[in-house]
This record gives sequence, C-alpha cells and structure tokens, in this order.
Amino acid sequence: MRRALAGVVILSLSAAPIGIFLMLRRMSLAGDVMAHAILPGAALGFLVAGLDLFAMTVGGIAAGITVAVAAGLVARFTELKEDAALAAFYLVSLALGVTLISLKGSNVDLFRVLFGSVLALDNPTLLVIASFTTLSLFALALIWRPLVLECVDPGFLRSVSGSGTAVHLLFLALVVLNLVAAFHALGTLLAVGMMMLPAAAARFWTQDVTRMAAYSVLIGVASGFSGLLVSFHANLPTGPAVILAAGIFYALSVVLGPVGGLRKRLSPGRHLEA
Amino acid sequence: MTAALAFQNLTLGYDRHPAVHHLSGEIGEGTLLAVVGPNGAGKSTLLKGIVGVLRPLGGKISRNGVNARDIAYLPQIAEIDRTFPISLYDLVAMGLWKRAGLLGGIGRADREKISAAIQAVGLRGFEHRAIGTLSGGQMQRALFARLLLQDARVILLDEPFASLDSKTVSDLLELVHHWHGEKRTVVAVLHDFEIVRQHFPEALLLAREPVAWGRTAETVSAENLLKARRMSEAFDDRAGICEDAA
Repeated sequence: MRRALAGVVILSLSAAPIGIFLMLRRMSLAGDVMAHAILPGAALGFLVAGLDLFAMTVGGIAAGITVAVAAGLVARFTELKEDAALAAFYLVSLALGVTLISLKGSNVDLFRVLFGSVLALDNPTLLVIASFTTLSLFALALIWRPLVLECVDPGFLRSVSGSGTAVHLLFLALVVLNLVAAFHALGTLLAVGMMMLPAAAARFWTQDVTRMAAYSVLIGVASGFSGLLVSFHANLPTGPAVILAAGIFYALSVVLGPVGGLRKRLSPGRHLEA
Repeated sequence: MTAALAFQNLTLGYDRHPAVHHLSGEIGEGTLLAVVGPNGAGKSTLLKGIVGVLRPLGGKISRNGVNARDIAYLPQIAEIDRTFPISLYDLVAMGLWKRAGLLGGIGRADREKISAAIQAVGLRGFEHRAIGTLSGGQMQRALFARLLLQDARVILLDEPFASLDSKTVSDLLELVHHWHGEKRTVVAVLHDFEIVRQHFPEALLLAREPVAWGRTAETVSAENLLKARRMSEAFDDRAGICEDAA
C-alpha cells in the first residue's frame, strides 16, 4: 500500500505536466494512442521473458516510439489526416497486444497488462518509475522555453532557433517514457489517465501554463491518494479507483473552475464597470 | 550603401511550385522597404526565405554579415495560438531569446528592459493578462514589444497592420520610423497602399516574379499593379519544369 502510494505520487510529478502540453498542443488523442501502442511491445517482452520488468519496459518504450514516429510519418506524407492515422494505429496495437499476451499468458496476465496492478508494485518497478520521473523532470526543465514557444508561436521559434523539431521529438520521447512508467502501475488502458485527467482539470483553474502544471501535479497526487484509500477500504480495483478519483476532480473542475467553468458560464454575475 | 540582404536569381516555393520566382536584387542596410502585391504573390514566402525557415528551390540569399539571429521576424498574427495560457509579459519576454536562450536567467536589467518595451507600445498595466484576453490591436502591440527586445539589425514584418484601427497603426508606424532612424533594415509586407506611399520610401512589387522594385512612387503605379494582378492569376497545376533555372 505504501509503495502504491509512492508510485502514484511519483508518477503524477512528471506525467501531469506532460499531459498539460499534450492537451495544449491538441495531442490528447495522440497520447492515448501511444499508451495503447506500448501494449504490443510490452507483450513481446512478456512472450520472451514472462512478467519481467526489464523486458516489458524496453519493449514498451520501443513500441511506443515506433508508433509515435510511424503515425507522424503517415500523417505527414499521405493524404490521411493525423487523427485517422492515430485511430488506425491504436486499434491495431490493442488487437496485436492482446493477441500476443493470449499466446502465452492467462486471463489474469492479460487483465494485469490492461489495467495494471498498483498494489503489486515492487521495489525495482518503483525504482524504474522514479528514475523515469526524475529524467523527465530534468528534460522538461531543459526544454520548457522552446516547448512553450513551439506551442504559442512556432513561426517565431523557427526564426530564433532551429531547435523546434528536436524539442518536439524529445517531448514525444518523454510522453512514451512516462506512459511506460504509468503502464507498470495502471496498465495500458488507464496509463494515459494520470496524464490527461489532471491536465484537463487544471485547465479550468488558471490562465498561466506554469501554474497549470503545478495544479495538475497537485490534482494528480490528490487523485492517487484518494483513489488508493477508497479502493483499499471499499475493496475496489485500485487502478480504476485512482482514475475515477481523477475523473471526479475533473468533473468538479468543469463545473466549478473559474476559467471557463460551467458555473461561471451559467451565472456570470452582473457585468462590471470597465 | 552596403547591402544587408542580396538575392541572386532566388526561387522559393512549396512542393517544387515557385512562390517567388527568379528574384534578384539588394536590400541596402538601413532601408525601409515595403513588399506589396496581390494575395499569393509570394510576399510572406519571401520573408520566410530571408529568415531561413524556407530553403530556396534555386538561386541564393546572401545575408552579408547579418547573422540569422540578427533578424527579427513578426509572423502573421493568425499563426499564433492565442488560446495558449501565457501572460503578455512572458510573451514579450521571449524577445530576449537571443540572450537568455534555453536556460539563461532573466535578471533585473532584463526585467527593466521588458517593462520598458511594454511601456513603449502602450500596454502598461496589461502585463499579467493572458494573451487570450487581448484584443487584436493589443496583441499586435505586444508582438512589437517583443520585436523591440530582440534588438535586431534586420526586422521583417508580415502584414503588421492587418485589421488594426488607425490609432494603433499610427503608433506602430512610429516604432517603424524609430527603427528606420536607428539605421535598422525594415522589410514589411503590406496591403494598404496609402500607408506604403506615405511611410515607405522603397517598395518591391511582387507577383511571384518581381514586377517592379525601387522608389515607391514609381513602383506602386496603376500600370504596375494591373500587371501584377494579371501575372498572379496564372497558376498551372501541371506546370512543366522551369528551364530558366540554371
């Protein structure tokens, strides 16, 4: 239980800010696709070495990056729009991953890969998650400025620096890294939840990207904490409980959030003097 | 007068179709040049070529001693994501990129410069507003503040006055004249011939190919404009390979 708590807290530290950029770059769907794309890679690792941490991690990263690049190429060099290309990749990945796991594993294994096993996090896995998070935080600090600039004003970034493409690729690599870390705890289907839900919720609370990242981390940690507690006491499956908790925070933000939330929209108050 | 920029038989374009075709000439240092022409004449493309975002399909651009970092570029406002959650202050501060780069700190002297730039464009008090809440005119003023901070020898403006009210235009034009007075080279893509005639001593009329280039009064003549319009309307999807390239 303590390890589980440490796991979700650490995950939130880097996954949530990365989710912010995915959202602001209108790449939420891409994040979902990459999360699914990890599955066949992890499944290959599973086929080779069973439920082995190293094999599944390496397989997941390799598959995630491959799909990220491939979907990007299909969208850039063919007539297919990116969302359609992404949907195609995500369906195929899911089907392939499930098939591969079923070749050797039982339904229990499959369930574990799809939905994770937060409570079964052991020390080595926790170490992998922690090192990925540390790495991501450093990398994110390094590319923060160009990343923001690339979102707001890509033309300007290109005029002052040639780093745009490199930054974009590094960002995609960070997405994959964090998804693989989240995959160990929450499984493929829910991994992206720790990224997108806190980010989407934080959008309703501030108009400043730095503060938004901080809020998303807080929301992520709070969801992890409350989700784990509820699942422990009510005997619910842990991964889904954590994501559901994040979902509740999201719903509250949609309704109550001061920046474009429903409450503001429905009763904006009387207009001001100036 | 030395040339800040020189084009030798320059062709720029997309997917092998030329958007700027066989342009030769020089932009002298300290010139205040307006680039005019119909839509699709290659004006923005030319600026992108000068910045180095677009590679020439043929010919060459020489930036005589002007480092690529010494060129400040104002993109069309439509290319900016104004829903992004960032404050006006941070947007303007990006003008310090050349000095601060990836990780460099922004010290007190820098903050003073940022405040001075914001004041110079008349946006004091708006520092902490999100850019999504700014009007079109305020946004363009903010981008001019960023240009001020960039402190570049060559300044490229892509439709800087599109859909702005006359007060904003005249304030921003004042900045342009100020730059001109400081012997900076300013190249602006414009559609309003009145502004061009009144404020820009030199003009380049483009219609994919250069139609005229020189003193504004002679360049922007009715005859030349008609010629430009005729030339720009000829686009051939199945165009053959241009043999003139060499």
